[in-house]
Formats: sequence, C-alpha cells, structure tokens
Amino acid sequence: MNPLIPLFVALPLAGAFLIMILGRLIRHFDKVVASLILLFLLVISLISLFRTGGSVDVYKVGGWEAVNRIPIGIYMVLDGFSAIVLCIVNLIGFLSAVYSFSYISRYTSGNFFYALFCLMVAGMNGVVLSGDLFNIFVFLEISAISSYALVAFGVGKDELEATFKYQVLGAVASFLILFGIGLIYWKTRTLNIADVRMVLSSGYDRSFYLLVQIILLSGFGLKAAIIPFHAWLPDAHSSAPSPISAMLSGVLIKAIGIYVIIRLFFNMFAISEGMAVLITTLGTLSMFVGVFLAVGQWDIKRLLAYHSISQMGYVVLSAGIGMILIARGIRYEVAALAIAGGIFHLINHAAFKSLLFLNAGAIEYATGTRDLKEMGGLAKSMPATSATSFVASLSISGIPPFNGFFSKLIIIVAAVMARFYLLAALAALVSIITLASFMKFQRYAFYDQDPDRKKTRAREVPFPMLFSMIILGVICLLLSLLAFPEVRELILTPATDILTDPSKYSSQITGA
Amino acid sequence: MTVYYLCFILFLTGLYGVITRRNLVKIAISLSIMEFSIFLLLALIGYTDGGVAPIVDPSDPLRTYVDPLPQAMVLTAIVIGLATTAMLMAVIIRIYRKYGTFDIREINSLRG
Repeated sequence: MNPLIPLFVALPLAGAFLIMILGRLIRHFDKVVASLILLFLLVISLISLFRTGGSVDVYKVGGWEAVNRIPIGIYMVLDGFSAIVLCIVNLIGFLSAVYSFSYISRYTSGNFFYALFCLMVAGMNGVVLSGDLFNIFVFLEISAISSYALVAFGVGKDELEATFKYQVLGAVASFLILFGIGLIYWKTRTLNIADVRMVLSSGYDRSFYLLVQIILLSGFGLKAAIIPFHAWLPDAHSSAPSPISAMLSGVLIKAIGIYVIIRLFFNMFAISEGMAVLITTLGTLSMFVGVFLAVGQWDIKRLLAYHSISQMGYVVLSAGIGMILIARGIRYEVAALAIAGGIFHLINHAAFKSLLFLNAGAIEYATGTRDLKEMGGLAKSMPATSATSFVASLSISGIPPFNGFFSKLIIIVAAVMARFYLLAALAALVSIITLASFMKFQRYAFYDQDPDRKKTRAREVPFPMLFSMIILGVICLLLSLLAFPEVRELILTPATDILTDPSKYSSQITGA
Repeated sequence: MTVYYLCFILFLTGLYGVITRRNLVKIAISLSIMEFSIFLLLALIGYTDGGVAPIVDPSDPLRTYVDPLPQAMVLTAIVIGLATTAMLMAVIIRIYRKYGTFDIREINSLRG
C-alpha cells in the first residue's frame, strides 16, 4: 500500500480551499501555493512512474479490507498506465500554472483562477487513480464543473456562449455515464472495476452489456470529443484563457475521456470484436474529419482545437486496432505494439499541443489578435515563441527527430503489420495534411510580413511564459527517447502489459 | 417493469426538451428532468419488494432490506447535480446580461 497515492487528490483540493481563504490576505499566495503543489505532485508522479513498473499498487481509502474477496472500500489504483497519465496531468498542470503568472494579468481575480485550476487537477488525478466506477463519475464532475467555470473566465460574449454549449453537452454526457454505471450496478451488484470484471468473467448477458457499452462509449466519447460528439470542443477550447486551453486540450480530454474509455474497455468489459470495430471506426473518423475541419480555420486557437480532435483520433484508432487483434485472439505482439503506439502518441500530444496553445496565448498576449490574417513577421520580434512553436509544429506533423514522428511511425507500422493497409494509408495522409496546415500557421504568423502594413509593435512575452514554452519545447525533443527499446520497456511496456493481459488488472486487485 | 419504462420515458422527455426548446432556462429545466429520471432509476435499482430501511436488526435475521448503496449514490449525485445546475443558471444570467435575450437562435457569435 503506497501512502503517497491519496496525496494526488488531497493536496490540490486542500490547495484550492486554502487559496480561497488566504489568497485575499497574502500577496501572491495563490500563484506560489498552486505551482508548488503541482511541482511536488509532478515529482512524486515521476517517482511512482519509475517505481511502479509492472506492479499494481492499491490504496484502500479508510483501510476497509475485502470481505470474502469482495472489495467493499473505495480503491485507488496506481498501475503503469495511470502513472503515465498522472505524470502528464501534473507536468502540464505545473507548466500552465507557471505560465499563468503573467498571463493572468489580463483578467481580474487571480485567486478564483488558481482555486479552480487546483480543483480541476484534483478531479483529473482522481479519475485517473480511481478504481471504482462511481468515484470516476464524482471526480469527473469535479473537473468538469471547474472547467466549465474556467472556460467562461473571461465572461465575454464568446466565452459565455462556448461554456453554455460545453455545459449542456457535458451534462448530457454525465447523465449517460451515470445511467451506464447504474445499469452495471443493477446486474453485477458491485462498482469496483476489478470486481465487475470478475463477475462478468463467469458469463454475462450479451445484448444487455452491448447497450451498457454503447451508453458508456457515447458518454465518455462526448467528454473526449471523438468525432460525432465533437461539437463543443472547438468553441470551448478556443474561448478559454490560453493556459486553460492547454490544460483542456493537453490533458482534460485524455484524462476524463480517452483514459477511461481505454481502461473500461480493456480492463472491465470482455473485449468483443463488434465494439472493437466500432471504436476503430470512430477513431478513423475523428482522425480524418478533424484534420479537414482544421484546414480552413484562420483563428489560431480554433485551428489547434480541430487538430486536437484529429490527433486524438490516432490514439483511439490504435487502441481499436489493439482491441480487434485481442478479440480475434491472434498476434498479441502486434496488439501490444499498436497500444504502445497509442499511449506514446497520447504522451506526445499532451506535450506538443499544450506547447502550441501556450504559443497561441503568447501571440495573443503580444499582438492582441488570434486571427492569422492580421499577423506576420513575428519571427523577428518574438524569437523564442517562434522557435518553440516551430518545434511543436514539426512534432505534431510528424517530422523526425521530434516525438510525433516516432509515435505516428509506430502506429502506422502496427496498422500495416495487422494488415489494415487502408488505415495505415489514411494515417499517413492525415499526417501530411497536418503538415500543410501547420506550414500555413508558421508562414502567416511568424514569416511573410506584408510590406504595406505598418510594423506591428509586438514584444517578447515575460519570463514565466517563456520558461513554460521552452521547457515544453525541450520535452518535445526528449520524448523521442521513448522510441528506444530500453526506455520503452521501462515506461511503455508496463502500461501495455496491463492493457493487453485481459485478467491481470482484476486478479492483482481482488487477489484471486 | 412498467415503472422502469416510465423512468426511461421521463429521460426521453428531458432529452426532447434539450433538443427542441429555444429558451435557455427551459433547456436547463429539461436537463434537470433528465437528471431526475436517472436518480429515480438508481433508487429503483436499490428497491426490494417488501424491504425495510437497512438498519440490521439482530433479533430478526430473515428480514429483507433494501440496498443502501444506490441511495448513497443518488444522494451524492443530487449534490453534484445541484452544483451543475447552479453553474448553468449563473452562466444563463450572465448571457442574458450580455445578449439581452434568452433565445438560443440569437446567441450565435461563434461560427465554423
């Protein structure tokens, strides 16, 4: 039992309340406390990432032990996969908090901002660590409600409209999720994910669980903005303050959407080929349609938001390929490769998409516009922003030696080895269109100055913003190391093992 | 079984309201209807015919009790629902101050 696990939820929650009480009295209390808490959580999540390995670490809240092998307490589970997602959440959280030091001067009441920020991180950490279905719902609502408030933080016309759409669709998603959880409890009389798996392994009603799976897939799909459910994402992600866009696009849709889908469909339900094909189709659709919606955009943040949908498609697609192979019971090593590629791309996307949103925030901070047509020639006046956004653009379009290249390569190789040639070709095509779209972004924002227009008086942004962007740029390069077999075995293999082995997760937790 | 179908019909009523209503406040009310239909379903899942409140009476071991866990879930979910509804109403009031209308057709500054 690892005593550090509950700190991931308790510390940011405590931080949020302390900031609300003491933030008015002490100057800079909010900034210092929020970033110190996130830095500490980042350190312990990195330690647990390296220490967890293939083991499954369970913390029973309140010390309630299982009775007759039936778990009755609240379980918090730390395994290879959740450790990776925890690292991403706290890393991007820390860097966004540092970035907000200067960015927040655009708005009033920084106290509320940091308190909501801490609540959102607490909710995401809770979803990732939770070992039972109802707690996933509770933590998901904590992070969702604080993200609704954060999207509306500017209280302008656009922000309010975006947050209204986001809230209505988010509420429908939450009801679907609660409905699905209720149906599961009805049949199995348990909420613990591992225990549900045990109950299902002794036979289940196929058509009933098909309904449950589809309800849960639509609920979490709405949260993750997979294509037929994506309508809220471009509005919400482009209207939010930039550090919050980085959090929403970089980690929120992964932690409360993709992570839970992968966890539930691999570790709780028995994998059926029909659902696997459905998930692969949804992933391909998001990947393909998302990039075409992005091409025509002139608002930088809206362009980046559509690319998030497309890049998440890669992750869902590779998880789907893994599911199909496992359902057919053939070629587990290819399934493991596909899933490893998906998780690798999930990590990479967190790094480069957060960096791009922070760049967009820096451009908006310096020039006051988000429209690509009104920019130009920023490369001279903002060298650091220009350089980091160049790194991120090359990463997202999959140019070696940046991280995006290796994860896309692994996904395409896995698709070819699984004989899904069409999917491999589509993935390569989408990558090329992404490159074109980001060349447009680079050209209009940083180069190509219109000689007729008067010189823009943009200056480089303050140090805290530069710090976050440069660190993320370095991380984009360093993550390429995950492609090497030694590093991959240390970090990605434990996560893929827990997902590909159908009963490892449940048997380690229930001890059966 | 009828009562489960009634629950589902209530859910669909709420969904119909969310899709067809044009007034922001009515959309919020429809969302609440959907929410309460799910709370009802959860309470029904815990119901046992002839069951009493689950306070164990050692002198009568054969007594049937209702399942307390869905009730705890409903209480938690009601609190969460209160938070979402309050947040939604706050946003609606802010929208009314900015746009001067509750009509969703006139709130369309975001496109594309």
